[in-house]
Amino acid sequence: MGPSLDISIALIAVAPFLVAALAPWVKSFAGGLAGWVLAIVPAAIFISFVGFIPTITDLSVIRVGLDWIPSYGISFSFFVDGLSLVFGLLISGIGTFIVIYSGAYLAGHPHQGRFFSYMLMFMGSMLGLVLADNVFTLFVFWELTSITSFLLIGFDHTRQAARRAAIQALVVTGGGGLALLAGLILLTLITGQNSLTGMLTTAGVVQQSPLYFAALGLVLAGAFAKSAQVPLHFWLPNAMEAPTPVSAYLHSATMVKAGVYLLARMNPVLGGTDQWFWILTVVGGVTLLMGAALAVRQTDLKQMLAYTTLGSLGLLVLLIGFGTKEAILGAILYLCAHSLFKGAMFMIAGVIDHGTGTRDIRILSGLREAMPVTFIAAVLAAISMAGFPIAIGFLAKEEMYLAMTQGLWPDLLFLAVLILGNAMMMVVGLIIAFKPFLGPVADTPHAPHEGSLGLLVGPVVLAVLGVVAGLFTPWINASVLNPTGSSIYNNLVDASIYLGFDLANPAVWASIATWVLGAVMFWKADQVRNGLRRTGEAIGWTFDQGFDAAMFGAIRLAHRITGALHHGRLEWYILLFFVLLAAALFVPLIMTSSLPPVPDMPILNFYEWGAIGIAAIGLATVLLARTRLTAIAALGIQGFAVALIFMLFGAPDLSFTQFMVETLTVIILALVMTRLHLDQVDHRDLETALRDGAVALAVGAGIMMVLLVVLQTELDLSLTELFRQTSVPIAHGRNIVNVILVDYRAIDTLGEISVVMAAGLAILALIRLRASPLATARKQQKGRAA
Amino acid sequence: MNTVIFRTAAPILAALMLVFSVFVLLRGHNEPGGGFIGGLIGASALAIYGIAMGVEETRKALKVHPITLAGFGVVMAAISGFISLAFDVPFLTGLWWIFDFDGSEVALSTPLIFDLGVYAVVVGAVGTIALALEADEGGD
Repeated sequence: MGPSLDISIALIAVAPFLVAALAPWVKSFAGGLAGWVLAIVPAAIFISFVGFIPTITDLSVIRVGLDWIPSYGISFSFFVDGLSLVFGLLISGIGTFIVIYSGAYLAGHPHQGRFFSYMLMFMGSMLGLVLADNVFTLFVFWELTSITSFLLIGFDHTRQAARRAAIQALVVTGGGGLALLAGLILLTLITGQNSLTGMLTTAGVVQQSPLYFAALGLVLAGAFAKSAQVPLHFWLPNAMEAPTPVSAYLHSATMVKAGVYLLARMNPVLGGTDQWFWILTVVGGVTLLMGAALAVRQTDLKQMLAYTTLGSLGLLVLLIGFGTKEAILGAILYLCAHSLFKGAMFMIAGVIDHGTGTRDIRILSGLREAMPVTFIAAVLAAISMAGFPIAIGFLAKEEMYLAMTQGLWPDLLFLAVLILGNAMMMVVGLIIAFKPFLGPVADTPHAPHEGSLGLLVGPVVLAVLGVVAGLFTPWINASVLNPTGSSIYNNLVDASIYLGFDLANPAVWASIATWVLGAVMFWKADQVRNGLRRTGEAIGWTFDQGFDAAMFGAIRLAHRITGALHHGRLEWYILLFFVLLAAALFVPLIMTSSLPPVPDMPILNFYEWGAIGIAAIGLATVLLARTRLTAIAALGIQGFAVALIFMLFGAPDLSFTQFMVETLTVIILALVMTRLHLDQVDHRDLETALRDGAVALAVGAGIMMVLLVVLQTELDLSLTELFRQTSVPIAHGRNIVNVILVDYRAIDTLGEISVVMAAGLAILALIRLRASPLATARKQQKGRAA
Repeated sequence: MNTVIFRTAAPILAALMLVFSVFVLLRGHNEPGGGFIGGLIGASALAIYGIAMGVEETRKALKVHPITLAGFGVVMAAISGFISLAFDVPFLTGLWWIFDFDGSEVALSTPLIFDLGVYAVVVGAVGTIALALEADEGGD
């Protein structure tokens, strides 16, 4: 393995991000051809993945790592094995066609350049995710897919529905991502490894750990949220608000497959237990049936496809959970088949929408004359979706049925679930392939016309591939199933699928049952749809509404908390702040019973007494002052006296600063007073004055106590000594205070001056704000009160 | 406050304070002083000038908005840190260049640039607050 090959893996994950930054310029130079030009990037990535195939066929693994945060053992590392390669090929291959398709689909859109940027960033995130070795690298890319898909789903951001769908997807998948992070941290703690390749070598350790169930739950929460498993599935159909190329990409090879990828990847680490088996198969099975049933119910092409995606994801989760060799092989085949036919189907839905102006299956009819190429592509995609020979979908279905016909009763139950789910998805495929194209020509919003080359190349190529792939079983066995199966299974797998139709094989009968069931439902499609609609209406509650209820509940709760804490009465804020400060000072002292003893009376020189005297006079003046301005000035006198004390006890820098701060405090307080038009005289009644005075005394006493306690401990002078010895030789300065500020602890100072700058900015904003709208609002309020 | 004596003395006083603030800033590495203290003196000079001559006059004299100065200071301090990176040492490591200038030593260093940044931030931020408060309501 040459080093150039290794680096190219990291490049693969980074290249789309680099190109994403250039995409808007490419768009303005290349114009209508931008899609074709930008598609070069995923195409090149696809070709470099193809270059890995021979290595992977030999069951080798290619790795590359760059240090990222070495102190935490976090590296930016990637690896390619069978599983990543399959995903990488699907992401980059389908991505190529999606980019071309986007160029044609969004032609003339004012923000097409931005769209390409988002799309490429999303592609890069997905590639990084499936190539990542270090689990934290994986997490970063995982969250990047959530963020970039948020941008894509909300691309049409002027529509409220698109914004809602985007936020929903971000909340669900991003929230799942946090669970995943916790799960991954647990796994690193249990195994002592923070790379996937490392974890795979410790198979069996995690399952024995007492933390197994926690780690499993967290990782599954992340994967289920991403792959839209019940009950976290609702974001996926809503994500249809995105432009069609996005749906086609998110639903076929990417985003939702990320969860499936994670489950497949974690199978050796977390799998093989009863919990794993039952959680995955039950959740997957429920999602399959629910998604497929809801798909039949829909009348919008994209919605139908969206719900079949749910069904397919459920199917994949179920197969991974089932975990036998046949089930895993079936899952890999179905994964490839689904990516191809679902990508094609979505693009076809987009072409129909583009050509006719509607996606309503009840309106569309008779398009075969106007859109012949689309028709052929749709039929081919449906063949794979329905699992007819010779399509790769047929191989997938045969293999999964084979897995379920090996054992006894639970297997047969799962078999029934699979047959029912597949039959319903087949119905959807047939409806989309035939209903819009056959029958009498119907009126559509535009006169129907065939799509352009850019629109058609994607669906046609993917649909054709999905069908003819079934002819290359020896290659699929050796180059796809064996390496990928071995990655998931963590044991060598020797796949031997072949294209055959052997009536002695029970799986063939299961396939026949699926077709018969599907055909019957297709025959009675309208009745089935109406029946399911009525059931849905009878339930009358959807998870989507549940999400809204939860979100609005959170917002109401936040309002209530804000209302309680942020009431707008400055006096109470300050009082609360100082009461809490006093509590923070006293409670630890009392809890640890470390109240300091009364110190001895110090022996001081007369000038030291003098400084203390000035401070006392200043304080007395503050208390007795008749006007506020006098009190503020007197406070400054007290501060100057403290500065004097600092000076006498050998801290010239501190004293110097104290003088300046006191001066400015007096000036600023006086300005604030005039600015806010406060009364010259303090009008507090005795009760309030006593309360405020008590709080002030408590805070002052608290600070004094803490200082006394601090002084009781022996002062550790080693740091002082270090600074004293090194400040001149290495920092060229005799003023240690300044050397510390600008050199030894310069990064602290950098933080502090950033805060000072931000505070200045904030105060400036507040003062300006008060001058304009708020003041007017207040006046109005007063007017209303009067 | 707005007496003739104050208005006559304020510009001279402010000018002296500004010069003194720079002096305090530059001696800071070896004697008491430095960017923070120097900045506070500079900000006081702005405040005095503002009270005596009016905010408009002060802004005119300053040419830039003081908050710009504060932002510039943070950038300057950060840049002094990045210079270290160019010399392949960790962020914010102090670098020194000592020149012999006709017998007297002139030391230039990244901590000096950093301290100039601190000075600019303090003058800018505190000056902003003071001037904003001095301005009449409605203006800034």
